[in-house]
Amino acid sequence: MRHLSTKATCNSHGQDSSYFLGWEEYEKNPYDEVQNPKGIIQMGLAENQLSFDLLESWLEKNPEPAGFKRDGKSIFRELALFQDYHGLPAFKKALVEFMAEIRGNRVSFDPNHMVLTAGATSANETLMFCLAGPGDAFLLPTPYYPGFDRDLKWRTEAEIVPIHCTSSNDFQITETALEAAYHEAQHRNLRVKGVLVTNPSNPLGTTLSRSELNLLINFITTKGIHLISDEIYSGTVFSSPGFVSVMEVLKDRNCDKTEVWDRVHIVYSLSKDLGLPGFRVGAIYSNDVMVVAAATKMSSFGLVSSQTQYLLSALLSDKKFTKNYISENQKRLKKRQNMLVMGLKRAGISCLKSNAGLFCWVNMRHLLRSDTFEAEMELWKKIVYDVRLNISPGSSCHCTEPGWFRVCFANMTEETLDLAIQRLKNFVVEHTANGHSKSNNSSKNSKRKLLPKWVLRLRDRDHKPDER
Amino acid sequence: MAIEIEQPSVGLSKVAVSDTHGEDSPYFAGWKAYDENPYDELNNPSGVIQMGLAENQVSFDLLEAFLETHSEASSWGKGAPGFRENALFQDYHGLLSFRKAMASFMEQIRGGRAKFDPERVVLTAGATAANELLTFILADPGDALLVPTPYYPGFDRDLRWRTGVKIVPIHCDSSNNFQITPQALEAAYSEAEAMNIKVRGVLITNPSNPLGVTIQRSVLEEIFDFVTRKNIHLVSDEIYSGSVFSSSEFISIAEILEARQYKNSERVHIVYSLSKDLGLPGFRVGTIYSYNDKVVTTARRMSSFTLISSQTQYLLASMLSNKEFTENYIKTNRERLRKRYNMIIEGLRSAGIECLKGNAGLFCWMNLSPLLEKPTREGELTLWNSMLHEVKLNISPGSSCHCSEPGWFRVCFANMSEQTLEVALKRIHTFMEKRERVRNLISSQ
Repeated sequence: MRHLSTKATCNSHGQDSSYFLGWEEYEKNPYDEVQNPKGIIQMGLAENQLSFDLLESWLEKNPEPAGFKRDGKSIFRELALFQDYHGLPAFKKALVEFMAEIRGNRVSFDPNHMVLTAGATSANETLMFCLAGPGDAFLLPTPYYPGFDRDLKWRTEAEIVPIHCTSSNDFQITETALEAAYHEAQHRNLRVKGVLVTNPSNPLGTTLSRSELNLLINFITTKGIHLISDEIYSGTVFSSPGFVSVMEVLKDRNCDKTEVWDRVHIVYSLSKDLGLPGFRVGAIYSNDVMVVAAATKMSSFGLVSSQTQYLLSALLSDKKFTKNYISENQKRLKKRQNMLVMGLKRAGISCLKSNAGLFCWVNMRHLLRSDTFEAEMELWKKIVYDVRLNISPGSSCHCTEPGWFRVCFANMTEETLDLAIQRLKNFVVEHTANGHSKSNNSSKNSKRKLLPKWVLRLRDRDHKPDER
Repeated sequence: MAIEIEQPSVGLSKVAVSDTHGEDSPYFAGWKAYDENPYDELNNPSGVIQMGLAENQVSFDLLEAFLETHSEASSWGKGAPGFRENALFQDYHGLLSFRKAMASFMEQIRGGRAKFDPERVVLTAGATAANELLTFILADPGDALLVPTPYYPGFDRDLRWRTGVKIVPIHCDSSNNFQITPQALEAAYSEAEAMNIKVRGVLITNPSNPLGVTIQRSVLEEIFDFVTRKNIHLVSDEIYSGSVFSSSEFISIAEILEARQYKNSERVHIVYSLSKDLGLPGFRVGTIYSYNDKVVTTARRMSSFTLISSQTQYLLASMLSNKEFTENYIKTNRERLRKRYNMIIEGLRSAGIECLKGNAGLFCWMNLSPLLEKPTREGELTLWNSMLHEVKLNISPGSSCHCSEPGWFRVCFANMSEQTLEVALKRIHTFMEKRERVRNLISSQ
């Protein structure tokens, strides 16, 4: 035929993974308090729905920006024509100040080193295009956000080599693991271009420790490679040890005039901290002017709508608002996380101790029939179809240990979260009573036997885009 | 404490360091000169007038009037009840109401002569993204797309930079008003074959940028037959479709396909945008309309890298689903562009300058070849420099559009007020008069 490209026909878009299959099941039978109380509760969506009221009240008090007005005058024309890939200066200024505020103003950012992109999805891909290509690899600690497989590899043709992290030390990055990953890449004949970490981590919900950050800086200095720090959850850190950005550690080590300074890049977005994924606001921050220059030109392929830049420049310039929002948002997230953690505890389920994010990294290893990924899939299917909760299995995040699941808590009401916890508690009780290991031949199983084949059928599907 | 670096410092990717972004061309140099000395009626009346920017500024009042009377489109209603839902909406299918509105707007522009299915509309952040995305889907690195010259300079970046795909030109010249001929198509295809390059498709811009002319029905039929014969794709960039001065003169590839009951249509993909017709380049609204299911699915997934802000989708869904507004807008915009076009053509003619007969777009294709000292690219650039630094007009030299004949220039007329256009025309007049005097002086010696 008039064939399509290799990129179009391969599977690197990643949409055949279980991450998206669970989504599809949810779409077919979504929970609704009134209309469908027995439906599947969506807990696989890392959205922040806890602080919309703060945004809504600001909009009510400040109607001008959304109406294209400034000081009573219409600036519609100006905004409609503004397509400069350098971005709206007022917005970039407000955004770098917001980022600094989140970091307790222990670091500051220069708007001239920031590149705006249509979401962090675009920022990560663009940075990869700037730093890597076919035959190159980036090292990523596992478990990691499933979307990276698409964002970093699909069109760039770069590779990801995992840095294996385990529960033996709460999934922290070790020097051994870094070196092992580096050698694995070389063994596969790949040129390692850098390391990409997500801090705070998705799916772990933990911040990187200072020693991990120091380790990373030492590693990239020795190897002469890049470090990308995806800090899109930086505003969701709700308890100690608090958030330490890699920029802060570099500053403390007086690295700002050294070579390594130019090889550290940050990705940010307003999708998680502000709960605005629909507005497509992402950013690349780099100390290297060449990266900034290349990324700026590339951003032509994914600019942020000037209408949105203007609205958010007004919002984020309101320091009274940002101060209150940051602290209130964190308080609410802490409360929610605590609710989930305690609820799971009462069900005999533990979580990785976390201090950030919109999710918990839940340990259900004790519920597995065997310490295998097949058993994890089996448990996951039970949770999706029987317990009716869509959660994300650790295998979809490339976790090396079976039995871990990412469970989101900020994309629903408290009542719904309560219900979810209740359902899970009932399931565990039942599961334990039935003797979850090996021999479980109750009549319920005959229905389940059909499931593996069905779910294992991987076809082209149209899903909602992944949401972290 | 110094740490030994084991290996040489790693640099950027090949893509990052290449100059395929194209930003070293005169197209951008002229921009720089304008930025440094921009014309302003009051503050800088002798500054450079920007005539290299294909923007549509003639119909903003219509948009502003709509916004005044439909504030809910930009403020989500009182107390922002729709805000939450809108802020969370990141589905790469795009807002259904917006897709419907886009499909219907595209139908209206074509006078209802073609139908568009909202399910085939894929949204991207601008046509820049749409063109790149389609290239990623239709071609592999090293493959080629055939593009008729002269073409929009940005294609060099949009189609080639990150995709690694090549452009092989389909040469067109003034002997037949730059129309695309079957011979030129075949020649381009053979040229690619001779270089061992696989041709994956043809990309046309209709109406053409920089020519400002619509493609004739017979030519469209020939192009479609050509791509069918060669079993390759056809991308029709129709971003200027709403700027055709007379509605009946624009024939979309969609009409050709409909007339043929959509036989062989899975090879055809249309690109559209609101940047030119609605004058909203800042809002980043582009779309791919494909008759190929697999392309639609893949494009949709790829659009994750370039989604349109849901805030903007919401606003424009409201605007474009208002039939009263769109009908009036399309009609009025057309008339105003035609008026501007006539103004510039007349002004140039009275200065002794001819243009290609145009019927669309935000620019005219001006013939200054009689003025060239040497009928070469260098001669053209010398003249361009004079225009920029002496006449203080930033216009686009044909060479930056890969035109094979030197001396042609693209001149924009819709991105300024009528007064400014008058000033520009006066300057050209003065320039031409001076040249006449100098010529007469020399010839009389």
